[in-house]
Amino acid sequence: MSPQENVKFLHQKYIQSLNREKKWVRFYQAVIFIVFFSGWELASQKQWIDPLIFSSPSKVWGLFLIKIQDGTLMVDLGYTLSETVFGFILGTFLGTLLAAILWWSPMLSKIADPYLVVLNSMPKVALGPILIVALGPSFTSIVAMGAIISIIITTIVVYTSFKEVDPNYIKVLQTFGANRFQIFREAILPASFPTIISTLKVNVGLSWVGVIVGEFLVSSKGLGYMIIYGFQVFNFTLVMLSLLVIAVFATVMYQLVELLERKLIKNGS
Amino acid sequence: MNFLKVDAVHHTYFTKTSAVTALSDISLEVEEGEFVSFLGPSGCGKTTLLSIIAGLFEPTEGTVTLEGKRVETAENEIGYMLQQDYLFPWKTIEENILLGLKIGNSLTPDKKAYALQLLKEMGLKGVESQFPKQLSGGMRQRVALVRTLATEPKLLMLDEPFSALDYQTKLKLEDLVSNTLKSFGKTAILVTHDIGEAISMSDRVFLFSARPGQLHKTFVIPKELRDETPFNARNHEAYPAIFQTIWKELESLEPAGER
Repeated sequence: MSPQENVKFLHQKYIQSLNREKKWVRFYQAVIFIVFFSGWELASQKQWIDPLIFSSPSKVWGLFLIKIQDGTLMVDLGYTLSETVFGFILGTFLGTLLAAILWWSPMLSKIADPYLVVLNSMPKVALGPILIVALGPSFTSIVAMGAIISIIITTIVVYTSFKEVDPNYIKVLQTFGANRFQIFREAILPASFPTIISTLKVNVGLSWVGVIVGEFLVSSKGLGYMIIYGFQVFNFTLVMLSLLVIAVFATVMYQLVELLERKLIKNGS
Repeated sequence: MNFLKVDAVHHTYFTKTSAVTALSDISLEVEEGEFVSFLGPSGCGKTTLLSIIAGLFEPTEGTVTLEGKRVETAENEIGYMLQQDYLFPWKTIEENILLGLKIGNSLTPDKKAYALQLLKEMGLKGVESQFPKQLSGGMRQRVALVRTLATEPKLLMLDEPFSALDYQTKLKLEDLVSNTLKSFGKTAILVTHDIGEAISMSDRVFLFSARPGQLHKTFVIPKELRDETPFNARNHEAYPAIFQTIWKELESLEPAGER
């Protein structure tokens, strides 16, 4: 065998071993999935766990089919999903905007510093009742919950990353006579994209928290309402269905953010 | 009238606990088309002086004028090349070299073609759509030079531009930069702590002493060395003598036992 063929052979073997590893990972992931749901079903049917409280996959699936057919699930899902997406986008956008304003004016950022700390340490869901009174028990107040929960932490994280941009990039732009806006557009903002994306990932989760809590408090629609209603009438199949739907769609949103990450961050890697 | 005139520049940095004088009474002149070096131990305020000449900030006292105009008002007339390339990693090479033109709102097709032509002359053909990460250190520093030259600055400032490179790349780049600048007739100031680099590249060497930064002495490089490329100058018979002179002068600046 010539050395070249040998390298080719070894490379193929390496790729094979990678594929084999991937297959095993997928296999165990599937095993966990199957064991969890079949274990749940079995435990529920054998009365090891209280089927009234923990329901069972078959019951949840049955309810799922019913609610798909009568269309109510889609209505609730659409409602909650649009609240979450709006809240998430609003929270991230306003947080980044605030960070930009703080970067623009160092004086303002010094003044705002203690207030940011206070606002950040405050549990935002505690503002829920006030929001509902102020904005009315409606779509708006729930979107506001989804946004407010992520806005301050976004501001703090993004502002920190704005400040940490290597000053030499700014120096390069200054030697070209760049003004502050150009410096922001050409260096500060693009250099902070990785940080902004990672706050997006955190904010996906936070916005779901805000929206679900908001729906607990006021709503007559949505997945959060499904949970609280199921709890009140002791229909835990409904609660479980809602939880599973939330899990699926929160994951989908997270994946979309990762897709965005790959689109936005291009530096030849 | 002098091309560049630094007149009685004095600069002090203030912090809460101290006031450090970085530059004290610096006056010097540079003629058009001349290549000069600022040489000195660390802490002699070379980079501060460069920033002041670039108009990045104003000195505490004194003035700097380029063709009779104060540098703070000059726009895009001074190019500044930093120690590392500082290419923007999220921009392609083409976007990087056109950055100065874009900032100055002067991105015309002519100037774009000029910048791309420069890139070709630097031996960097076909990298336009690549990202800085895909290039080697020497290539990136050449791209940085193209970025600086693309705006056609009247005065070019090089702040230890070769110090982060390996020796072989550094020697090659010295030749390339020197030839390029000579062929364009550009005026340039090189900051370095490498005596050999200062001698082989420049027409005059300004030697600075530290704490506070002061202009200690000026050396005029002999004509036979000036006419050579930096690489050949290092091997010229007149080179060791001037190297020794500057070396001794530098030694005398440092208090005994500091090194």
